[in-house]
Amino acid sequence: MALIDLEHVSFGYTASPVVEDVSMTVEAGEYVGLIGPNGSGKSTLLRLLLGLHDPDAGTAELFGHPADAFAERERVGYVAQDVTENTKRMPITVAEVVLMGRFPHVGFGRIDAADRRLAREALETVGIEHLAERRITRLSGGQRQRAYIARALAGEADLLVLDEPTVGVDAESVEAFFELLEGLNDDGMTVLLVEHDIGAVLEHADRVVCLNREVYFDGPPAAFADSDALARAYGTNVRRDGSVTSA
Amino acid sequence: MTAALAAVGALGAPYDATLWLLDRWSDLMTVLADATGAAVLGYGFMHRAFLVGILIAVMAPLIGTFLVHRQLALIGDALAHTAFAGVAVGLFVNAALGTGVSPYLTAVVVAMIAALAIELISEVTNAYNDVSMAIVLSTGFALGAVLISLNAGGLAVGVNQYLFGNLSTVTNENTVLLVGLFAVIALVVGVTYKQLLYVTFDETAARVAGINVRWYNRVVAMLTAMVVVGAMQIMGVILVAAMLVVPVAGAAQLARSFREALLASVILAELAVLVGITLSFYYETTAGGTIVLVAVGVYVVAVLVGKLTSGTDAAVSADSEPTPDEDPAD
Repeated sequence: MALIDLEHVSFGYTASPVVEDVSMTVEAGEYVGLIGPNGSGKSTLLRLLLGLHDPDAGTAELFGHPADAFAERERVGYVAQDVTENTKRMPITVAEVVLMGRFPHVGFGRIDAADRRLAREALETVGIEHLAERRITRLSGGQRQRAYIARALAGEADLLVLDEPTVGVDAESVEAFFELLEGLNDDGMTVLLVEHDIGAVLEHADRVVCLNREVYFDGPPAAFADSDALARAYGTNVRRDGSVTSA
Repeated sequence: MTAALAAVGALGAPYDATLWLLDRWSDLMTVLADATGAAVLGYGFMHRAFLVGILIAVMAPLIGTFLVHRQLALIGDALAHTAFAGVAVGLFVNAALGTGVSPYLTAVVVAMIAALAIELISEVTNAYNDVSMAIVLSTGFALGAVLISLNAGGLAVGVNQYLFGNLSTVTNENTVLLVGLFAVIALVVGVTYKQLLYVTFDETAARVAGINVRWYNRVVAMLTAMVVVGAMQIMGVILVAAMLVVPVAGAAQLARSFREALLASVILAELAVLVGITLSFYYETTAGGTIVLVAVGVYVVAVLVGKLTSGTDAAVSADSEPTPDEDPAD
């Protein structure tokens, strides 16, 4: 079954569309990397498929249901760019953040021992169980993103959606972070990764979708490297590591 | 007797039950007064003042914690000033129609309407902004001032108690109102704690997790309105927001987890209220101001303690385990 199914989706915050006639599906078990230049509509597309915006045209479905009305929210794990900047002073521990993954399951009920066990196991999976009682603001960027992945795992998510998770994370940690994602994908987790680092996507994802308002490419990384989609979508010479050499 | 009593009288049994509890509280205070010989515990109005103060020191930081960590500290101030407009409406209606509605009751209604209005404005403009908050704040205060001047006759006399709060005017009726507000706030936070925490920490992730963020934002705004009116009796319009913010800011310096922060903010607030009320009784100072000054003193101590302990924290972790930046696992 397609976990994500976008059919001819268009959307704009104003009259001019940010996303136009985009169709793409993500099947269970896939590892899809979504790339595109700044302002290409990547994050907007993510918000559409998560049901945070309604498409102006076309349909967005999650797990076979309209995305904005999808009720089994615990099946989707969401990791954004490091948001902790905004909540710098908020006292909250890693364990408390990870336990939030259980909240959609629990609703208005009480968190019980089984919920805490799942949260602890999730922390072990991402390798930061020794940081459980730290304030989340005291973690490095890479550790913090692991904590957010653990939150998704604690929620027993089937689909992990990541919006440029490695922004502001040091190079060494980024490599370990991608290894973690690959390990999770090997264990059956479906991954949709929005990433500015084209090289990382080509190296790690099974499938590449290149977006600049419209879909310029959708296929395996090897075929993407041989195509001219990169130059067409970015409109510039782009090195394989993703940095733009001339405008 | 009064229309307010009639309105509350619709709740009949709970009202009487609360009054009965109030009497038992008073008995307890009298026993304490006899045992300790403390004059401050010897008066009926001080019994009520302590009860109201203790409840305020639970509910204000409880809601304040959800506000401060979203940079919404100003909303308490804005709602307090609209509550003043609500008081003026109550006084105006009473003077015009000869009714006896408690101004605190009209204040609750007006402040809750204003809370919804602030939420709707922020939903439409897609942002909380300090400009719209400032507009609501001054509109509320201006409306209150104009309504009061409209029938200046005997009205200006009673306004000070709403602006600055007053221990000795805490009536049985207003105490029951506060107990009611407290019960509603405790119940709502108890039931929706997880959702409120998620929304406070990360709105977008909360939405993805299926939490109706708009609805919870409205709930928090309405609860804030209730806290503000409840606390207004002692704190006064001008200082009420301090109870939402100062103990929470102090607790954030000391706590590691969110639960610790909630607990610490209540403890700091209780300290400020109990010491503040007692000082204001013996030195005959205004209660709201005294409480806020004590709270700020407590905050300064919390900052100092926080700085000291976080210093040792860092030193310990550098010795015993890898610091975040050096963690080999990452």
